[in-house]
Amino acid sequence: MKLLYAPINTRVKFFSVENAPALTAKLNQYGLYRGDSLSVVRMAPLGGPLLVQVNGREIALGREIAEKIIVEIE
Amino acid sequence: MKVALIGLPNCGKSTLFNQVAGYKAETGNFSGTTVKFTESRVRVAGKVIDLVDLPGAYTLQSGSPAELEASRYLDSQDVDVIINVADATQLASALSLTFELISFQKPLILALNMVDEAARMGLHIDGEGLARELGIPVLPLVASKGRGVKGLFIMALEEGKKDEREEKGQNQEWNAEEGHRQAIELTKKFVTQGERFSSWRDRLDDVLLHPVWGYAILLSILFLFFQAVYGIGKLTEPPLLAFFDAVTKGVLAPFTQGSLVAELILGILQGIAAGIAIVLPYLLPFLLGLGLLEDIGYLPRIAFLMDALMHRIGLHGKAIVPFILGYGCNVPAVMSTRTLEEPRDRYIAAALATLVPCAARLAVVFGLVAFYLGSVAALGLYLLNIFVIALTGRILSNLLPDVTPGLILEMPTYRVPTLKNVFNKAWFRMREFVVEAWPILIAGSAVLALLNYFGFAYIFNYLVRPITWMMGLPVEVGVPLIFGILRKELSLVMLSQALGTADFSAAMTSTQMVVYATFVMFYLPCLATLSVLKRELGTRAMLSISALTVLIAFLAAMFVRGLMLL
Repeated sequence: MKLLYAPINTRVKFFSVENAPALTAKLNQYGLYRGDSLSVVRMAPLGGPLLVQVNGREIALGREIAEKIIVEIE
Repeated sequence: MKVALIGLPNCGKSTLFNQVAGYKAETGNFSGTTVKFTESRVRVAGKVIDLVDLPGAYTLQSGSPAELEASRYLDSQDVDVIINVADATQLASALSLTFELISFQKPLILALNMVDEAARMGLHIDGEGLARELGIPVLPLVASKGRGVKGLFIMALEEGKKDEREEKGQNQEWNAEEGHRQAIELTKKFVTQGERFSSWRDRLDDVLLHPVWGYAILLSILFLFFQAVYGIGKLTEPPLLAFFDAVTKGVLAPFTQGSLVAELILGILQGIAAGIAIVLPYLLPFLLGLGLLEDIGYLPRIAFLMDALMHRIGLHGKAIVPFILGYGCNVPAVMSTRTLEEPRDRYIAAALATLVPCAARLAVVFGLVAFYLGSVAALGLYLLNIFVIALTGRILSNLLPDVTPGLILEMPTYRVPTLKNVFNKAWFRMREFVVEAWPILIAGSAVLALLNYFGFAYIFNYLVRPITWMMGLPVEVGVPLIFGILRKELSLVMLSQALGTADFSAAMTSTQMVVYATFVMFYLPCLATLSVLKRELGTRAMLSISALTVLIAFLAAMFVRGLMLL
C-alpha cells in the first residue's frame, strides 16, 4: 500500500518507490532507504505533509511523496 | 595541519566549530543550512591548525553538488585529518557516512556528539567496541558544553602525524543500501537501549504539531515575534534618529548651509543614519529571535504546519518566515529566503516578501490614508495587499515550474538553545548587512543629495510623469517617489515638501491619496532591500523583481483608482 494511506502509529516497511528513481535517490540523501522500518506519527491538516518516524529520527514528507512510496505492514 | 569536520545535518559540528573558532559558523536546524565551507585558523592544545566546517550530508554519494565538493575536498592533499561528528542518538544514520569516510583512507576520528542526550534517552553506547570494529578512534563529545573538545583535537593532532595510508584494497563498489544495512547492524551490536527518561520534549510535538493547538500556538508565537521585533524597533528608532539629528547638526556647523560640501556631508550622514537607525532597530532583534527559534528547533515545525497553505501560493512551508518578517522590514525578510534550497523558491519568496508592506510603508499608509480617510480605508488597502501577494504567488509559480518533488524535511529533537550560538549567528548575519548593504545606502544617499543640490531633483518629476499622469497624481509626486527608494518614509516626508503643505487634504483629493498610498505600498523595495536582493539572488533577479513590483504597483494603483471613481 502507499505510505500515504498507512495506518497511524503502525510499523511498516519501506518496500519501493513507484516510478520515480530520482525520488529514491533524494530519499537516500535524507537517510531513508528501502527496507527501513517506518511509522507514520501524524499528518498535518489541510492536505499537509506526514510526519514519519524512521531509525530514531522524525522526517516530514509531503503527501505527493508519500503517495509514491510503497510500504507493507510488518 | 588541516582538519575537516564532516557529519550529518544537525549533528552539532558547527557548534563544535564555534567552540574553537568563535564567531564564524552558522548552526541551522534546516537540513543543509551550512551550505558553504567555513574555514578558520585556530589554536588547539597549543598547536595551530586550519579547521574546516563542511556542509552537512547524509551521504557523499548521492550526486548533489554540495556533496561532490565535500567529497573532492576530503580526498585532496589539503586535508590531513577528518573528524566525523555524529549525533550519538542517531548512530544508525550516522554510520553510513562513516563507512564512506573510511574508504578515503585518511586519518579519521568518529566523534560521538550529544552523548548527554543519549544518556538521557537511556542509550548505552559501547565506544571501545565500536572503535575496534571500525578500526578508528571513537570519542565522546558534548560540543554545546565544550566537553571532550580538547581531547578530540589532541587525538586529531596525533592521528595527523601518523603516516599510515595502508592501501586497504581499493574502493569497492559502494552500495548505499548495503552500507546502510551494515550501519544498522553495527548499531544494534554496540548500542543498547536502557531505561528511557521520558522527557517533556517528546510530548512537545503532540501540542506544537496538533491540528488545532499547533496553529493557535504558531500564530501566537509569530505574533509575539513580530510584536517584539516591531516593538523594539519602534522604541529604539526615534532616539537613534534624534541622536543622529544632533550629530548632523554638530558636524555641519562649520560649513556654510546649503553649500555643496554641506549637502554632500548631509547626504552621507543620512545614509549612515538610515543604516543604523532604521534597519538595526529591526534587524538585530529579528536576527536574535530567529536564531533562538532556529536553535530550539522550531522552524522545521513551522514549515510542517504551513506547507499545505504555502502550496496554494506556489511555495513551500519554509517560505512562511520571510513573509512574517517582511511586515517589520524587508531586509531580514529577503535574507531569510536563504533557508530555501531551490533557487526558484528563493526567487518567488523574495519577490513576494518585497511586496509585503514593511513598517516604513505602514507609516505612509497610516499617515495618508488612515489619517484622512479613516481606518477602514487603511484596512482595505492591507487586505488588497494580501490578495495581490497571493495572486502574484500563483502567477509566478505557474510561470516558474516547481522542481521539488515535495517537502522532505527532518524534524530535529528540541534542544535548549545555547545563547552563545544564537549571538554568534545573529552577529554573523548582521555583519553581512553592514558590509554589503550599508555602503550602498550611503552612496545612494550622497548621490541624491548631489542631485538635489544641483537642482536636478525636479527632473524626476518629468521622468516619471507618464506614470504619475496615468494615475491621476499631481506632477510633484515624482520627487518623493524617487526619494522613497532610499527610505520608504521619505515618500511621505518629502511629499509635504513637494506639495508645499503638511495638510495633504489641501493638495490632494481622496482618490489621489489612496492611489498614491497604493502605489507606495507595492513599488520598488528600498535601497537596502535592493542591495540585499542583489547579494542573495543576483543582479538579474534584483532587476526583474524591481520591475515586477513597479508593474504590480501601477496595476494596483490603477485598479484602486478605478474603484474610487465608481
